[in-house]
Amino acid sequence: MNRIYLDNAATTPVSQPVLDKMIPYFREHYGNASSVYATGRDARRAIDAARRQAAEAINAQPAEIYFTGGGSESDNWAIKGAAFARRDKGNHIITTQVEHHAVLHTCEWLEKQGFSVTYLPVDEYGRVTAEQVEAAITDQTILITIMAANNEIGTLMPIGQIAQVAKKHKVLFHTDAVQALGAVPVDVEAWGIDLLSLSAHKFHGPKGVGLLYIRKGTRIDNLVHGGAQERGRRAGTENLPAIVGMGEAIALAAQSQPDNAKRLSAMRDRLIAGLLEEIPHIRLNGHPTERLPGNVNVSIRYIEGEAMLLRLDMAGIAASSGSACTSGSLDPSHVLLAIGLPHEIAHGSLRFSLSDESVDADVDEVLKVLPGIVKTLRDMSPIYPGKEG
Amino acid sequence: MYSEKVLDHFANPRNVGEIEKADGVGTVGNAKCGDIMQMYLKVEDGIIKDVKFKTFGCGAAIATSSMATEMVKGKTIEEALKLTNKAVADALDGLPGPKVHCSLLAEEAIHAAIEDYQKNHPQTP
Ligand SMILES: Cc1ncc(COP(=O)(O)O)c(C=O)c1O
Ligand code: FES
Repeated sequence: MNRIYLDNAATTPVSQPVLDKMIPYFREHYGNASSVYATGRDARRAIDAARRQAAEAINAQPAEIYFTGGGSESDNWAIKGAAFARRDKGNHIITTQVEHHAVLHTCEWLEKQGFSVTYLPVDEYGRVTAEQVEAAITDQTILITIMAANNEIGTLMPIGQIAQVAKKHKVLFHTDAVQALGAVPVDVEAWGIDLLSLSAHKFHGPKGVGLLYIRKGTRIDNLVHGGAQERGRRAGTENLPAIVGMGEAIALAAQSQPDNAKRLSAMRDRLIAGLLEEIPHIRLNGHPTERLPGNVNVSIRYIEGEAMLLRLDMAGIAASSGSACTSGSLDPSHVLLAIGLPHEIAHGSLRFSLSDESVDADVDEVLKVLPGIVKTLRDMSPIYPGKEG
Repeated sequence: MYSEKVLDHFANPRNVGEIEKADGVGTVGNAKCGDIMQMYLKVEDGIIKDVKFKTFGCGAAIATSSMATEMVKGKTIEEALKLTNKAVADALDGLPGPKVHCSLLAEEAIHAAIEDYQKNHPQTP
């Protein structure tokens, strides 16, 4: 069966050029970058090159790039590190209700350590405004952390405007840009932010490697203590092949971003229009235009998400859902609840996420099989009122 | 994570639908995740002649409804009342941990339908 992968917001395959770049760093140039001998120096040079690639991709200085073990670590480091470093200035943090759990659960943990956190509500599309952020700032506020793009519904936040507010009030601003890189322009200077998290596996790099951008002169506490790697700020022998892979992946992603965004948003819009046309009782979740080029998120009434995912999988299509039944905790997605969806509508949510490896035929296939799946499951549903309902 | 049997009952659910003029109908909801299951019974001489279901829920909920209907069809009311969620889950070669509660829904739906039948037919328990 032809397998169609439309869960690129969860992870992406490592691209061939990235893999080719990584391979020599397992058996040939395997040295420890801290060592003085030749293979150690090779490793050091490779990490420096990856750092330059990353810096260039987001318009930063190489000295502002710190490699980590992924997006979750970057978020944890930025938030905990800033909170504890600025504890003498205040104890208040501002975030939103729709952040990734790497941010939300970190904030909840900080509340247990005595910090106070404001979780800003979002509008029906999943957005906060800079005015909302400004109104929440107090003389105790030390950090604002707001994601650039939402991983579930694809909504883009007004990061540049929020950064201005943060700057005006001299509050540190961190953004989780894990979903944004490669999809929208990520430019730390144009945005004017202090801390930014990225994760390589979302843009065809390897899993378990990410970075934290720390603006020059920004003081945050260390998260991982130990050796002097990453200029004494993040301990642990560098994951050399992964860092090399991330450098290549970020360079390629930044390069192809403009073309990609154009091509993917056309595919996205065709998929959305087709679904809304073919399936009755369906709604689009997230913003109609201010959304990631590759994100489609819909709620299909009277049926449940996991059942749709299983049937899609049987048809060779991989997607995801924010339904309670898929969540392990049996709670529906906090993002869908935050945009005001009642439980039963969050229940029937589906997310398709495209990447630059997606093709038009993938969209055709979803539009071909999903309406039939929906019909089958609705015929089985005790709450489906039928055609006239 | 699902067994072959769960996937089979999910992909080809047995006894889906409604029974017109059913002798007993049970509807139960799952407080935990919000799913709903409905069972219809046709009973003759204390024997479940026909049973159908409708389910709004996850793959495990659909598969357990399907399996539960197969397990009670042709059984006496007394036998059907003994159906447990564990028996349904076992018949499906087990369910992943977070999905065990879905099988409870199937047990409850059968029991609710039988209670409804008994209420409607007090003379033939
Ligand atoms: C917005 C966002 N932040 C953080 C993460 C966590 O990244 P990682 O899986 O690299 O830890 C993800 C992906 O899962 C994400 O989508
Ligand atoms: S019924 Fe919701 S998890 Fe199975």
